[in-house]
Amino acid sequence: MNDSRLALVVLAPLIGAVLTYILGKSSQKISGVIASAAVIVSFLCVGSLWAELPTAGSFGVTLSSWLSFGGISLPLELYFDKLSAVMCLVVTGIGALIHIYSIGYMAEDESRPRFFSYLNLFIAAMLVLVLGKSLPTIFIGWEGVGLCSYLLIGFWYTNPEFASAGRKAFVMNRIGDVGFIVAMAVLYHSCGSLDITVLGKPEILARIPAELGFIAGIALFVAATGKSAQLPLFTWLPDAMAGPTPVSALIHAATMVTAGVYLMARMHGVVELDSAVPAVILWTALATSAIAAIIAMSQNDIKKVLAYSTVSQLGFMFIAVGVGAYGFALFHVVTHAFFKACLFLSAGSVIHGCHHEQDMRRMGGLAKSMPLTCFAYGVSTIAIAGIPPFSGYFSKHGILDAIPLTGNSYLQPWLGVIGLIATGITVLTAFYMFRSFILTFMGEYRGHEHPHEAPMVMTAPVLMLAVLAVVGGAFLSPIFLPYLTGPLPKVAHHAATHPGILGYILGSLPALVGIAAAFWLFLISPAAKEFFRKVFLPVGKLSEGKFFVDEIYEISVLTPLQKVSNVSGRIIDQSFFLGGGEALGKISRALGELTARVTTGQVGTYVLFMFCAAALFVYFFLPVR
Amino acid sequence: MEPVISYIGLSALLFTIGGIGLCLRRNAIVLFMCVEMMLNAVNLAFVTFSKLVGNLDGQVAVFFVMVIAAAESAIGLAIILSVFRSVASIETTDSAELKW
Repeated sequence: MNDSRLALVVLAPLIGAVLTYILGKSSQKISGVIASAAVIVSFLCVGSLWAELPTAGSFGVTLSSWLSFGGISLPLELYFDKLSAVMCLVVTGIGALIHIYSIGYMAEDESRPRFFSYLNLFIAAMLVLVLGKSLPTIFIGWEGVGLCSYLLIGFWYTNPEFASAGRKAFVMNRIGDVGFIVAMAVLYHSCGSLDITVLGKPEILARIPAELGFIAGIALFVAATGKSAQLPLFTWLPDAMAGPTPVSALIHAATMVTAGVYLMARMHGVVELDSAVPAVILWTALATSAIAAIIAMSQNDIKKVLAYSTVSQLGFMFIAVGVGAYGFALFHVVTHAFFKACLFLSAGSVIHGCHHEQDMRRMGGLAKSMPLTCFAYGVSTIAIAGIPPFSGYFSKHGILDAIPLTGNSYLQPWLGVIGLIATGITVLTAFYMFRSFILTFMGEYRGHEHPHEAPMVMTAPVLMLAVLAVVGGAFLSPIFLPYLTGPLPKVAHHAATHPGILGYILGSLPALVGIAAAFWLFLISPAAKEFFRKVFLPVGKLSEGKFFVDEIYEISVLTPLQKVSNVSGRIIDQSFFLGGGEALGKISRALGELTARVTTGQVGTYVLFMFCAAALFVYFFLPVR
Repeated sequence: MEPVISYIGLSALLFTIGGIGLCLRRNAIVLFMCVEMMLNAVNLAFVTFSKLVGNLDGQVAVFFVMVIAAAESAIGLAIILSVFRSVASIETTDSAELKW
């Protein structure tokens, strides 16, 4: 069904971005209000469309014909079905809350119009990504969110470290984009179309030859690793914390980084063409999730903990993708958006309240001065740890329960190992999240500032997200998966949705172990902490060094690249291009000096030229009868 | 036919003399006079052809040429005067700063 409201969904934040920038110049205060209003308009449109979705089936709108040449036509079309509805509701809903929060968080910043304009532009790009009807349209959004991410990470660009963090994110994302382009080329070559509704049909996908099917699936996954910070491209995400905290919450936790999961779910037919591809995805995701969880245990910057936690949770979503449980992957996207956005915004309130202190070693005991923030952070921590009835439990255990049900023959011999590692990650998640909670909110205050609670405009969105983090999972759990069975393959049904009391207790056991360990080591017995630090020294070193991934890149990619470019700079650039350029310059200079002789400064010669020219003109152009 | 040829011949002669003078002489006033001579050669041709064809268009054109020549000589003399003030010479070779 065609509906112009769908266009408004994307256009509202786009217009908002322009208006915010123009009107914000005259009044800084108004910029946040305009930007928030634009996102709320978009949210309301999504909501009204979503309400009519059961009767309409799907909505579509053609924005323009974009490209059309030689039999190929690429219209700019939007497509709204149940899958994009879920993503749109998350993007605009949580986006709106974060916009409102930003009004308070950025209240003292001089360049608010720029900030809110970028933020609105991001929402528009993200909506194009999830609403695009063809892969090229999705790619526009894909690049758009990458651009906004770059602009917002480097928002405080006067700090060269922040600016280079933005650059790193941008470059690493480009590597993933190569995968996206390769996938598009392969799919167009074999299927003759890039329309996602066409590519969803099995008879079309059957045209892809077996060897190209593997390439297409892996290329799509490479694209997803870039955007969703999976091994080996995850190092940009922790560095991306240089941006303002609402940006980390919106882009680097709730929405943009889940684009890879959305792409996998949307293109699941392609991903599953060759069953080696899901196996690659699963092992990559498992390694990413485990490594990020281990690194998160030793981080002292509150935002870095959350960043590595995000990488780890994204890994969890890709585990679900690997075993074919796309519904649970998206369910985890949604619940993760709730509690991680809440965690980031609470962390933002803490940073705001402690006067831009991010080091947890100089926090502590903030429960007294910031009770509301402490409450929000606390419930979200329980949610991410996976204690029922908080939201994280349902999505996480859905994934854990789906692992044994995979039909992938590459994975079946390893199900025990996979399940064990995934459960281990759950323990670690609970451990490092409670470590951050204890260090920040419990014990005695170790800093030198006077922490204060955030203003209403910040606490209200945080508390709303906290409520969602608490009840969202239990509320959505029974309805979410049946809702998505249309666009997604039917996930192997499982019994764990109603496991009974004993099931819940058993299910939360790993999380409880992690929580207990965190309390024991960081609150009750510092001596035990020292003991464990000595025992696990090598792991600790690896963790503190972030598994030396950046250093490995330095040695394996950056240094050789620099040497090659030095050599090629000397040979190709200096001698060839520079020498060639100089030769060209010399030639034209000589020509110029030759012709300059015409200007003798003698009126006589000029007049002679004029007569000659007139004579020639008369001879050639005037008709002589 | 005969008188027409002699009028046109005179006109061509005057025009050529003016043109050659323009090419060879250096004194700005002389150049100026050469230009006037060429203009009047053209005027003569106009009048001749006008008489030959039998309408007055050519003679009207002559008046235009004369008026414009008057205006042009006023401007030209003013330019020569101000060049003389700054270079202290009206030889065209002496004011050649803009050549290569």
